[in-house]
Amino acid sequence: MTANLWIIPLLPALGAAVNGLLGKRFSKTTVNAIALGSTGLSFLWALRTAWAFLAGGSQPLLSEYGAWLRIGDFSVPYALYVDQLSMVMLLVVTGVGFLIHIYSAGYMAHEGGYYRFFSYLNLFMFFMLTLVLANNYLLMFVGWEGVGLASYLLIGFYFLRDSAANAGKKAFITNRVGDFGFLIAMFLLIKHFGSLQYSEVFSTVASRFPAPESHPGILTAIAILMMVGAAGKSAQIPLYVWLPDAMEGPTPVSALIHAATMVTAGVYMVARSNAIFSRAPEALAVVAVIGALTAIFAATIGMTQTDIKRVLAYSTVSQLGYMFLAAGVAAYSAGVFHLMTHAFFKALLFLGAGSVIHAIGGELDMRNMGGLRKKIPVTFWVMTIATFTIAGFPPLAGFFSKDEILWQVFSSPHGHWALWLVGIVTAFLTSFYMFRLWFMTFFGEYRGAKASRDAHGHGGHDAHGHGEPHESPWVMLAPLVVLAVLSIIGGWVGVGNRFEHFLAPVMQPVATAEAPAGMHAVNGEPTSTPINKSEEGEGHEKQLEMTLMVTSVVVAFAGFGLAWFLYYKRRDLPERITDKLGTVYSTVLNKYYIDELYYNAIIYPLVQGSTKVLWRGVDAGIIDGTVNNAAIGAKHASDNVRHMQSGNIRSYAGWVATGAALVLVYMIWMGTR
Amino acid sequence: MVPLSFYLVLSAFLFACGVCGFLIKRNIISLFMSIELMLNAVNLTFVAYAAFWQRLSGHIFVFFVMVVAAAEAAVGLAIIIAIFRTRETLNVDRVNLLKL
Repeated sequence: MTANLWIIPLLPALGAAVNGLLGKRFSKTTVNAIALGSTGLSFLWALRTAWAFLAGGSQPLLSEYGAWLRIGDFSVPYALYVDQLSMVMLLVVTGVGFLIHIYSAGYMAHEGGYYRFFSYLNLFMFFMLTLVLANNYLLMFVGWEGVGLASYLLIGFYFLRDSAANAGKKAFITNRVGDFGFLIAMFLLIKHFGSLQYSEVFSTVASRFPAPESHPGILTAIAILMMVGAAGKSAQIPLYVWLPDAMEGPTPVSALIHAATMVTAGVYMVARSNAIFSRAPEALAVVAVIGALTAIFAATIGMTQTDIKRVLAYSTVSQLGYMFLAAGVAAYSAGVFHLMTHAFFKALLFLGAGSVIHAIGGELDMRNMGGLRKKIPVTFWVMTIATFTIAGFPPLAGFFSKDEILWQVFSSPHGHWALWLVGIVTAFLTSFYMFRLWFMTFFGEYRGAKASRDAHGHGGHDAHGHGEPHESPWVMLAPLVVLAVLSIIGGWVGVGNRFEHFLAPVMQPVATAEAPAGMHAVNGEPTSTPINKSEEGEGHEKQLEMTLMVTSVVVAFAGFGLAWFLYYKRRDLPERITDKLGTVYSTVLNKYYIDELYYNAIIYPLVQGSTKVLWRGVDAGIIDGTVNNAAIGAKHASDNVRHMQSGNIRSYAGWVATGAALVLVYMIWMGTR
Repeated sequence: MVPLSFYLVLSAFLFACGVCGFLIKRNIISLFMSIELMLNAVNLTFVAYAAFWQRLSGHIFVFFVMVVAAAEAAVGLAIIIAIFRTRETLNVDRVNLLKL
């Protein structure tokens, strides 16, 4: 079945090329038409593909465009592939991407480098779609690197600012660490399974390791290395540090790349590789623990930040942690479900934050906001929906996906109550910091009137120079409204496990339920109370699920209540509490000094080692020294010998005489021996 | 009979005089004379050995050397005259057109 899948990534690529090469001469309308048109058509084609896919009985679509590499028996094709998982990703990427493109048309209207921005944005779409549609790891890696490049370009969009340029570099280099893991994982796949195509790898894996008890070390190694890659791209501990800094980019970029799509690539990869991960319980435990730790760690930092975008950035890290937590308990579809709903509400939050920033002239500090509820009502309402969604209030999207994850973490044979506890605490923290943001931004009195003038220096990129807060134009608000609707209804597809069933063909079932539960205990915890579906009655399970659901709702309300109390009712309290907490607070406020730790432990030694040893010592000293000294030595030697050729006849005669004398001496010496 | 070593020492002395003259003198004619001196020192050696070994080949070599020396003198003097005509000097240090 030919689905012409190539159209989907190629349209944004064309848009990027046209805008990037010729855009300088185009008017903004033309640039818009090209960028939005290509993305929109790509979205439409994705919809058409989805229609064909569903109409065709959900048979995976595969389009091959010839071989890329052929080395002996090993070959990698150019091939695009759509199954349920990539279908979901495809629609999220093109749909949310298209909305953000529309929003950007309004948001970036007053910015320089308009065509450049849209060219990069389209480039990102191309690579992201390549990543999602690839049918093998190598093509996925192309997309993987490409989105990294686009991310770098867009973070550093305001490259005249040092902080933006540095943030871009930080993101790129941190991702390089992760990519290293991904590469090694690919090499191992080639070595042990002889292929990089999903279908071949997974069927080989399934046939070679049918029993989950065997715990093949090679799969564990591959899975953990893949997780290293995922941790880089999806900002998990220990490689999450780049994401908060990535907020230096324009806000639509933060929404598209650093919230909705690119950072979920890691989750997608883990879900895609579920056949490998499910057979490596140790790797799954690693994934789950990393996810849980990242979730709670980032959430605590998010509580203390005052920069609106940074709060959202840490929130993103935390929510990504949730997704990995889900993947780590082999509930991949729950992870992908959360990925989807998160794409809706986090894009909405970022775009809403962008609208707020736009409204008050580039201010990013929530302490200088407040009372914006009346001034920007549409933004307020969509932000309210998004906030309630991420906090997990039913029946909004975030509730369903988060609840699904928490339930799976508790009940899955790979799950553990300790992980669930971390998850529920994180849910509480999430609710708290999101409502903190909400109250600080929209309630109380406006605190930014006098600050709005010097806000230009602070916000820089978003500054437009106006005093009174004003609502954004409709070109920006319309995508917000669409995303708000999606945030409300997006979770309903998950009711009754419909989403899970939809994704089920992608997830290769492994009979892991029979594995002894103690094996999955993490953190050295004793064997917990695994809720085994086969043992527990159906009714009991339902009851437990309800209990957990109620718990998470209660927790969401508790977070709301606490935020309401601290940031609305008694606004003097937070300061006193932070004073009381002292060092604890300042540690969290300074992000646990992780950046400083990395600087001192890794970056500084590396830079110093490179400078002093590799540059000055090896490169300048040994390598350059060898070459230079050889040249200098030859020059000196020639300079000395040159004096023999003086042009003076008598000196030549002298040399001849000397030579003759030497020959004579030699002969006499030989004769006397 | 005068021993062979006397001839050889005399020949070496003459040759050394020629070399020294060649190295020290600047006048081309003096150099020319020094060359002649060296040639004749060699001739003396040839003759001495020819006498010592009672062979004729040494004598024949001497004739050859003389012929060459005569030819060389003819050509050399011609060159000297040519140089003097163009450069109006016989100082070899100033005949350095080919010097870098």
